[in-house]
Amino acid sequence: MRQVFLESVSVIGPGLPNWETATSVLRGETPLVLADVALPPAALLPPTERRRTGTATRLSMALGVEAAEKAGIALAALPSVFVSTGGDCENCHQILETLASDDRSISPTRFHNSVHNAAAGYWSIGAKSMETSTSLCAYDATFGAGLLEALPLVVSLDKPVLLIAFDSAYPDPLNAIRPIPYPFGVGMVFSPVQTAQSLASVRFALTDEASAQMEDAALEALRLMVPAARALPMLALLANQTAGRVVVDYLAPSQLAIEVTCL
Amino acid sequence: MKPLLMSSYTATSALGVGLAEQIAALKAKQSGIVKKSWETVSFEFCTGEVAGVDEVVLPDAVKHFDCRNNQLAYLALQQDGFETAVLHAITKYGPNRVAVLLGTSTSGILSTEVAYRERDPETGALPVGHRYRQTQNTYSLADFVRTYFGLTGIANVVSTACSSSAKVFAAAERLIECGLADAAIVGGVDSLCLTTIYGFSSLQLVSVAPCKPYDVARNGISIGEGAAFALLEQPERADVKQGIYLTGYGETSDAHHMSSPHPEGLGAQQAMRAALSMAGLTPAEIGYINLHGTATPSNDAAEGKAVTALFGKNTPCSSTKGHTGHTLGAAGGLEAIFSAIALTEGFLPAGVGTTELDPDIACHYLLDNQVANIQHVLTNSFGFGGSNCSLIFSKG
Repeated sequence: MRQVFLESVSVIGPGLPNWETATSVLRGETPLVLADVALPPAALLPPTERRRTGTATRLSMALGVEAAEKAGIALAALPSVFVSTGGDCENCHQILETLASDDRSISPTRFHNSVHNAAAGYWSIGAKSMETSTSLCAYDATFGAGLLEALPLVVSLDKPVLLIAFDSAYPDPLNAIRPIPYPFGVGMVFSPVQTAQSLASVRFALTDEASAQMEDAALEALRLMVPAARALPMLALLANQTAGRVVVDYLAPSQLAIEVTCL
Repeated sequence: MKPLLMSSYTATSALGVGLAEQIAALKAKQSGIVKKSWETVSFEFCTGEVAGVDEVVLPDAVKHFDCRNNQLAYLALQQDGFETAVLHAITKYGPNRVAVLLGTSTSGILSTEVAYRERDPETGALPVGHRYRQTQNTYSLADFVRTYFGLTGIANVVSTACSSSAKVFAAAERLIECGLADAAIVGGVDSLCLTTIYGFSSLQLVSVAPCKPYDVARNGISIGEGAAFALLEQPERADVKQGIYLTGYGETSDAHHMSSPHPEGLGAQQAMRAALSMAGLTPAEIGYINLHGTATPSNDAAEGKAVTALFGKNTPCSSTKGHTGHTLGAAGGLEAIFSAIALTEGFLPAGVGTTELDPDIACHYLLDNQVANIQHVLTNSFGFGGSNCSLIFSKG
């Protein structure tokens, strides 16, 4: 498909509190030190609702605000693509606990937060955006599935689109069979046309080639630990501001070949 | 958009298995909603359950996907020659060129609901062998279908609550238009589970009696389950040239509230307007509107305002949720098929369960089936989180 333009990037992950730190780590200038992820409060929500939001909403909202602001585009004007493997996993666990107990009364808030698009719903409310928004799941292919939805949307709408790929952990017992040790997410704004703000042009295609690994062992471990962190090889190209082609994990046997030309 | 042909499609709901049973029940104004007890739910409730789902046996090659949602998916896939049509498309286009884009809200979470009751009392661990990936995970449905057909290309699940399986039609159009796929299996499956039964009850959105969309006395939904599949292809490359086409779609967000619609139906109205614009149609050219029509007081009031604001008072419309119950993540796909049925069978289905229309809603709601040779149908799907999607199907 035709090229689109990357306007901004945001990253939050363990030892990667922001894109500036991530750039330094991805260039090999600073080692990755896995640390608990401090998430800012859900800035777009009123204080009463802000207190009730969990990791999924706080993570995705922080990624979205930073990516939109860096792109210089009003939040309300951005159509959005949210993709994660489990939505709000903490909330899901709480409901499962309640349903397994003697008193199965679920709180209404817990229930409406159980939809996979809860984070997207809070985003559209907080951003006051009536633009289209979708929420996807592709198990471990969180990042690839997001690109495959967002880039055709950019072309179809002929306007900038916000992609937010994020994953967070279930508590035990689900954590034991679906471990996601750290929250991790990537925000990106893509534009159909090159602007003064454009960081890179991006093209992609499905391929059956093997996906790229990170040279650094700690980054490679993180890439494999969290589905959204499968974005790391593409982020490394951007951090190094090099033109190049990289293959990121999608759904075997198909992977995603991404051609990046930094501008 | 360039119209996409639905070269094969099928539906399974509380009305029956496959298209013929849907058509017969719609023509007979039958409802599949009954009051019953289900699983370990502590109260009887009115529900549109699909008969025989528990007895469905998945083939050995995909039996690790076994859960109620995939059993229902498999049951539906076997109907109306759909599987043959998919295999033909795979031969024609290649296994990496047929995308799988499906909608679900709760996937196979019932399996994990049961597993949580069976946790080890000492360690709290889930039963050995509980398969999260192939049951509960939202992607399980598309993973199952992709694996079953041996597909190797693009697949994902859209999960935007009750608009999920409408939005996959739009996503498929974009993928095909960009050249990333030649055809797409779209649709959705949602099945009964405790999360939705107790959850909608906690919101006091479940009707005691079978639901009554657009009725003055409506007081909530009836939870249903269902499955719908359609194969979308570019008409110039399809073997058949006559049929039902996707000709427009519109997607918006309410940006209002997580579980209540915008009171004026603003987002809904914008979605319908966008769909009409994409299809290049005027409101007067739509012969029937399949409403979202959940039968909650707020949904029907807001949607009714949006419909009349755009279409006036004369366009025939109805909700088929009185027949099937609200099949949640499957509703968009199921009602896309009902829209196709209205076009091919030349009749507009009356809403069942409704006896006295709400005088505050001015749209032309059908209480009796109507014979009509129409060209274009619009169908609405709205979900929690304020997710709206309108689709237009046309006869060609």
